[in-house]
Amino acid sequence: MFGWLFDPAHWSGTTGIPVRLLEHLGYTLLTLLIAALIAIPLGAFVGHTGKGGFVIVGLSNALRALPTTAVLILVVLWAGLGDFPVYVALVLLAIPPIMAGTYAGVRAVDPVTVDAARGVGMRESGVLLQVEIPNALPLIYGGFRGAALQVVATATIAAYTGAGGLGRLVFDGLALQDFGQMLAGAVLVALLAVLVDLGFAGLQRLTVSPGLRPVGTGGKR
Amino acid sequence: MIEFRAVTKRFEDGTIAVDELDLAVEAGTITVFVGPSGCGKTTSLRMVNRMIDPTSGTILVDGKDVLTVDPPTLRRGIGYVIQQAGLFPHRTVLDNIATVPLLSGWDKRKARTRAAELLEIVGLDANFGKRYPAQLSGGQQQRVGVARALAADPPVLLMDEPFSAVDPVVREDLQNELLRLQAELDKTIVFVTHDIDEALKLGDRVAVFQTGGHLAQYAKPTELLAAPANDFVASFVGRDRGYRTLTFLHAEVPVHPVATAKIGERITVEDWTLAVDEQNRPKGWLSGVDGEVEVRESDLISGGSLYDGSTLRSALDAALSSPSALGVVVDEAGAVTGVVRADDVIQALAKARAAGEVPK
Amino acid sequence: MTWIFENWERFWEVTAVHLRLSVVPVLIGFVLAVPLGWWASRSQTARAVLFPFANVLFTIPSIALIVITPVLIGVKILDEINVIVPLTVYTVALMIRSVADALSAVPGNVIAAANAMGYRPLRRFLTVDFPLALPVTIAGLRVATVSNISMVSVGALVGLGGYGQLFTEGYQTDYTGKVLAGLIGTVVLAVLADGLLLLIGRLLTPWARAGR
Repeated sequence: MFGWLFDPAHWSGTTGIPVRLLEHLGYTLLTLLIAALIAIPLGAFVGHTGKGGFVIVGLSNALRALPTTAVLILVVLWAGLGDFPVYVALVLLAIPPIMAGTYAGVRAVDPVTVDAARGVGMRESGVLLQVEIPNALPLIYGGFRGAALQVVATATIAAYTGAGGLGRLVFDGLALQDFGQMLAGAVLVALLAVLVDLGFAGLQRLTVSPGLRPVGTGGKR
Repeated sequence: MIEFRAVTKRFEDGTIAVDELDLAVEAGTITVFVGPSGCGKTTSLRMVNRMIDPTSGTILVDGKDVLTVDPPTLRRGIGYVIQQAGLFPHRTVLDNIATVPLLSGWDKRKARTRAAELLEIVGLDANFGKRYPAQLSGGQQQRVGVARALAADPPVLLMDEPFSAVDPVVREDLQNELLRLQAELDKTIVFVTHDIDEALKLGDRVAVFQTGGHLAQYAKPTELLAAPANDFVASFVGRDRGYRTLTFLHAEVPVHPVATAKIGERITVEDWTLAVDEQNRPKGWLSGVDGEVEVRESDLISGGSLYDGSTLRSALDAALSSPSALGVVVDEAGAVTGVVRADDVIQALAKARAAGEVPK
Repeated sequence: MTWIFENWERFWEVTAVHLRLSVVPVLIGFVLAVPLGWWASRSQTARAVLFPFANVLFTIPSIALIVITPVLIGVKILDEINVIVPLTVYTVALMIRSVADALSAVPGNVIAAANAMGYRPLRRFLTVDFPLALPVTIAGLRVATVSNISMVSVGALVGLGGYGQLFTEGYQTDYTGKVLAGLIGTVVLAVLADGLLLLIGRLLTPWARAGR
């Protein structure tokens, strides 16, 4: 069953597993970067001002209902084959969870803390950047890591329109009725998802203040 | 120092939170705003550092109209302490305290040094500095809140129900600590509370707010107790305000001798005998025993509160709470020096009143 | 839009298949997730096992699960069960957490009061815990339903039915209108299902909006 996956012949060359893995990781990381650059400022701003929350929630829900396959195909039909349609489809997929997480995170900061931030003389930018966002980080990471899992899994579909990534193994295997190759694709995607999540979990540990960890596990030495 | 001139705050929904407030807070005093919820006390406080802007009227801090100062700059010059402290959970205690100095452009080392000093001033051990707020008790958090407010050494301190979220024992500690700090630092403090006892204890002057944003009375605690301006103030101050007045009187009360006996001694009990330990500290009363007996701790009737020579209130309470109707008087070391009687306290009160020490 | 009106019958046919393929997994998944979520809300061990397992299930791409399922359970690749099983798996994985969080969030004093009045465990669960957990549970159900409706389309990539067929056919024939028709159908279906669940939730939990 796992013969295909462990065949050394499949681990080299321009269509080998390492290349596919890197392509897949590339789609994932660039998608997340673009999506975060759009979704975090939007979610944070709306969360901070408290105005337009229904727009964020509505937009998130509408985008969630959008089938990624259809978006991918539509952009391919309009703009032609290549990586561009893949990024459009995946960024639209990644925006809702990140935006919702950021919005919820900023809204969830204790109003007493925010009141204190203004009371000690922080300007609005300081309140947002020095207090609200650092305190919202756990929920922002929650949304971001959720998006990362979805993007890793869904980037597989990119191969349907001829793009690269681990989806190639699944679709090529399907065309050849090669179950071993399909299974290899599935296993590698799941593995990559776990690794990516671990990576972001590490980043979260490094960047979130120990003061925000649940009481009991917090930095008492 | 702080002056409200015809200040009115009307919220967008039409409710009037503060109605034509005229009030002057003297420099170097604690002024307490007290009243039921919805009386405008917190709104009044928050207008001083422009957390809320008035609908009309003027607020002057040190002669300067606050509306002419940019809010963040204004707030950096005014200490602000709120309920539940409002510490930044993502910053260590030391960084929390250093917030305002850093905002005001101090260099990092100087801000840290100042923060460490303040930690000591508010009575916290230096090793608290590296902890996060979630690792502190409510009382400790509130001490850090006070330290943060004092960090840039502002002349004015605004305190919005700072001690209402902690338990009564800790609250009393924090109140005493605040009085101690104030004796050293001599700030102009505006303190908001709904607790009349806290107001009377802390305030040099107390402003009683009435629902609808009216200032009902602004006076010294003793005046408030002796001469409430209207029925609202009278009922808010409470039915036992006569008794509370005693808190502010320090008249001389005659101290009578009392029969004492050490634990383990064999004595003949006459009427009421006070049992004491080796250091002459009160342990309890013996009464209604015939003939010669040994004084055993298990036979004692436990005593009431002790009178340490402070206020008439504690003298009267000692007498009233004692099973023998004799209030035990102790010295600084806690040793028995005699007893006081309730009727002596009442006489001392009458004497003080005749001498004009009790405000009418 | 014109494609929809010109191919009315085909559109309804595809809609019916799409609805069946997305709703059946939600129902099965929900029924399975309630006892599992209840277990996770009661036991630390269950949480420690179920939550990471659910997370791993999420990381398997739907297209991969759809192509592997027939081999694992021995049916043909074109059987609808190949979509129903993976989507059920996702629904369970998502709903376990929702149900567990919802039950954990029921106020302890309410449970204590119910116990003090003499409720037995099963009756208390059915008449106190579960109803109070409904708002959060339904919120989770809405997410699961919407994401299922969107995910069914993936099945078309291996030749299964639903709106996804319109995507693949449109792609192969370079016919944008057909893809748009499927996309509109998916979004409308998702919005309707979401609204319906929202309404059901409101009718079932009138107390949730009281006192606002």
